[in-house]
Amino acid sequence: MSECLLKAEHIQISFGNVHALKDVSLEIVPGEIHCLAGENGCGKSTLIKIISGVHQRNGGTIEFDRKKLEKITPIDAINMGIQVIYQDFSLFPNLTVAENLALNSELASGKKTISWKNVRKIAEEAIKKINMDIDLDEKVSRLSVAQKQMVAISRALMFNAKLIIMDEPTTALTKKEVDALFKIILKLKEQGIAILFISHKLNEVFEISDRFTIFRNGEMVATGSTGELDDKKFTYYMTGREFADKTFIPEKVTDTPIFELRNLSLEGSFENISLSLRGGEILGITGLLDSGRTELALSMFGLKPATSGEIIRNGKPVKITNPREAIASKIGYVPEDRLSEGLFLQRSIGDNIIISEIDSLKKKNGQFDLKKRDEEVDRWVKEFEIKTKNPENPATTLSGGNQQRIVLAKWLACNPDVLILNGPTVGVDIGSKHDIHAILQRLAQKGLGVIIISDDLPEVIQNCSRLLVIKEGSIVAEYDTQQVKEQMIIDAMM
Amino acid sequence: MDRVKSFYSKNREVSRLIIIMIAWLVFMLLTQAGKFFTGANFLTMAGQFPEYGLMALGGMLCMMTGGIDLSVVGTANMTTIISVYVMNWIFGVDGTMPAGFSVVIFLIAVLTGCVVGAFNGFLISELKVPPILATLGVNQLITGLCIVITGGSAVSSFPKQFCDIFSSNLFGVIPVRVIVFILVAVIIWFMLERSTYGTKLRLYGSSAHVAEFSGINTKKLVFKTYMTSSVCASIGGLMMLSTYASARADYGSNYTMQSILLIVLGGVSPNGGKGRLSGVVAAIILLKFIESGINRFRSVSTYYVTLIWGAVLILALVIDYFSARPKKVKVK
Repeated sequence: MSECLLKAEHIQISFGNVHALKDVSLEIVPGEIHCLAGENGCGKSTLIKIISGVHQRNGGTIEFDRKKLEKITPIDAINMGIQVIYQDFSLFPNLTVAENLALNSELASGKKTISWKNVRKIAEEAIKKINMDIDLDEKVSRLSVAQKQMVAISRALMFNAKLIIMDEPTTALTKKEVDALFKIILKLKEQGIAILFISHKLNEVFEISDRFTIFRNGEMVATGSTGELDDKKFTYYMTGREFADKTFIPEKVTDTPIFELRNLSLEGSFENISLSLRGGEILGITGLLDSGRTELALSMFGLKPATSGEIIRNGKPVKITNPREAIASKIGYVPEDRLSEGLFLQRSIGDNIIISEIDSLKKKNGQFDLKKRDEEVDRWVKEFEIKTKNPENPATTLSGGNQQRIVLAKWLACNPDVLILNGPTVGVDIGSKHDIHAILQRLAQKGLGVIIISDDLPEVIQNCSRLLVIKEGSIVAEYDTQQVKEQMIIDAMM
Repeated sequence: MDRVKSFYSKNREVSRLIIIMIAWLVFMLLTQAGKFFTGANFLTMAGQFPEYGLMALGGMLCMMTGGIDLSVVGTANMTTIISVYVMNWIFGVDGTMPAGFSVVIFLIAVLTGCVVGAFNGFLISELKVPPILATLGVNQLITGLCIVITGGSAVSSFPKQFCDIFSSNLFGVIPVRVIVFILVAVIIWFMLERSTYGTKLRLYGSSAHVAEFSGINTKKLVFKTYMTSSVCASIGGLMMLSTYASARADYGSNYTMQSILLIVLGGVSPNGGKGRLSGVVAAIILLKFIESGINRFRSVSTYYVTLIWGAVLILALVIDYFSARPKKVKVK
């Protein structure tokens, strides 16, 4: 292997009694795209913080550009050519693009007055480096996530960066934006800049990186060239577990549909959507971010009532204009954004589980049956193996996967016949993702009708029996998942 | 000792208040024992706090939703004025009111509270007006209405039997007003801890958006909360009427601030979702002790009381800020 740009060896760090990194090594050569993968809490972010001077390591050596790094500060790291683009981009939302780009060099010049001409010149130069087309006078708060990211990247490039570290850069991007980002990354690579790309998404690792390193629980479990990696190995390295990938085949399907949409429309979002779902089936709906898939989900659950068309349960039209009517019709909805829509983060796990069925937990005299409440909470914590010492702890104390189980439990506690899930495993680690899929398949085998709305194609192909593709507010294709190929779906979506 | 510790960690706000209360009582014992620790003084204190204490009990519910009720005093005065007009209309200015008619007066109070509270709830949940502006506006509106009705002056001639009943002491030792306060407090406690309303309220307060997604009837919840608050304020108004023996559009104007002080001091987070009745009740009693204690000192003018209230409120918010911050993880 050629000379290393960054060589970190035997890095250790502990916070209190927790050994966040036990003994990890990472090597990056100039001009490579290196992917660092691992589940939440595996120590990826900690390593970045050590490299960029935010945390001080307890042991190990770091060499950058043939110089040994001892105690460094974030400023030292920047001066040496290490740039980190964090998930929140560290931009000033109230300032314009130009101000954000030029701020650092203006401050560094030590002048008390600002030359606006200069600011503009610096900013123009900065965006030229990645050929970005953007209005320099726009406030950053008004930009899209992808645009903010571009601004952050061009800012990073202003400091003669040799290594750019991107912390999960694709989390909030649409497929198109991810492609645009990857183009820029490849261009940076041509310029000889090394990229350390943090991700836990398998397909991204394959698509972009030359080499990979995978961490698990603060230890390095694998490193090598991406060509040698495959689906199974990746999952095994990430989780330490092996999963059988079995495509879902429904066993007990009801004769008649339990849930139907007839020409359902919501002005400005989707039009004339018809579909039918039988009990025991898992129906997938996929589409691009702005295809109307989320609005469709919200309409089926009464959060954005449809403007025309019918929703039919067991052959009878039902009125669903708010979530309470949906719940009364035995429909449950696991929303897209667990943190802002699915969970009361500060409240207890128990309260989160029982909130939607709370009205059925009353005694005859109207009093809240606290004993029954606790029994329900215990039942679901046990049923879904939610890892907590005390269900009265706030939901924030749990990992993404366990949080998602709470949201599932909350709806299953209402005894739904139809469960609609929008992005059921977004931001969930791979191990929990498989567990959640197993739960959904098990529920369907017991007769529940499930609708999974997701843009994670492997997820829908593996778990659904049928798949609908929605594009610009209309259903454009329907597939049997036993026969469909990923590329066919992508072609239909675009 | 362990039991004390676990009580403290479970009831931080209440414990803090009880500690301050004990410290204050010890201080009074050392300096003003003769004047403070008398039966008469305790009786006076107990007779006074229910007025604003009731307003604080209801306002607490609003703050737990993340909102606020600034219309409590307006509602209280509205109730007293309506009650007095009803008494005069039925019995005449110099007439006698039978004791049993108090029930009707209470019904009037509940009704007035329901109307004002429903109006608040309508503005907040239907028109999405921020609670602070909605209730401030409603307060101005009903205060103005009262001024118009009364011509701005106090109405002091009406059958005083109502005042006689509620300013008296049961068995000579328990002020009737305290009994009313305790009854309302028990109802609120039941709503919060023994009915599903309490859980819904706290969850709604921590995220209204998630509450909507969970199928909680959020509009009904907001209506119920603001109506309860206004009913509490109305009953507080009746207590004021029995103290002052007159009704006026602008009595007790500093009670708005005081009730908010009590709620925050009692550990209810202004951001919503957090709070317990015990904290607010402890705060109500503590503040009365302090106020009454300060009045025992000749050298400290009663004018200082407002200043002290303000300082205590800011202090409570500062403590809230520091105790809400997560503890920093030390890096070895």
